[in-house]
Amino acid sequence: MKNRLKVLRAERDLTQADLATKLEVSRQTINAIETGKFDPSLPLAFKIARLFEKSIEDIFQGEATIQ
Amino acid sequence: MNHAKANKADKGDWKARSNSNIIRLAIWTVSWVAAIALARFGPDYIWGSNQLLTVGAILLNLGIGLGLIVANIQHLKTLDEMMQKIQLEAMGISLGIGVIGGIGYALLNASNIISIDAEIAHLVILIAVSYLVAIFVGYRRYQ
Repeated sequence: MKNRLKVLRAERDLTQADLATKLEVSRQTINAIETGKFDPSLPLAFKIARLFEKSIEDIFQGEATIQ
Repeated sequence: MNHAKANKADKGDWKARSNSNIIRLAIWTVSWVAAIALARFGPDYIWGSNQLLTVGAILLNLGIGLGLIVANIQHLKTLDEMMQKIQLEAMGISLGIGVIGGIGYALLNASNIISIDAEIAHLVILIAVSYLVAIFVGYRRYQ
């Protein structure tokens, strides 16, 4: 799953550690989400969306569409 | 306003809470190892053939072991979801290797194919090593 987390974080001048503290996760988890190696759960995705005042769809884009 | 302040304090506390749980887990682990040593070597070097003290040392070991389990559960609960996933996969792998490898090892011993006696310590080492390797691989995979 692709996401715009790195861009949004950079726009707000936040480090991975800053964002990790705000979301109550480890810095490694933020890095893994940004590089697409780990997909966050729905509650964490909502938390990220609320933090950046965006909708989940504005941040995360699924790679496949349902027919 | 107060709710917002409390929420901010909670967020700041997450890392501290996580570190505190790691320290608590380490203390329980060291205590448990010390209790094993006491139960194992106490009869040989401290109290001799006093059965009551031996049983007491074993019960102490079991009690501390229970505390260690609770501390480990609390530690796992404070991990974030990716860390929990890594831990879950590592525990699954080490449990699988422990059961499959342990039974295979016992069968080799029972069939007299291997000359050394199968001991529980060998199984514990196998589980511990496979767990550590699985944790390392798990962290590397998400880097």
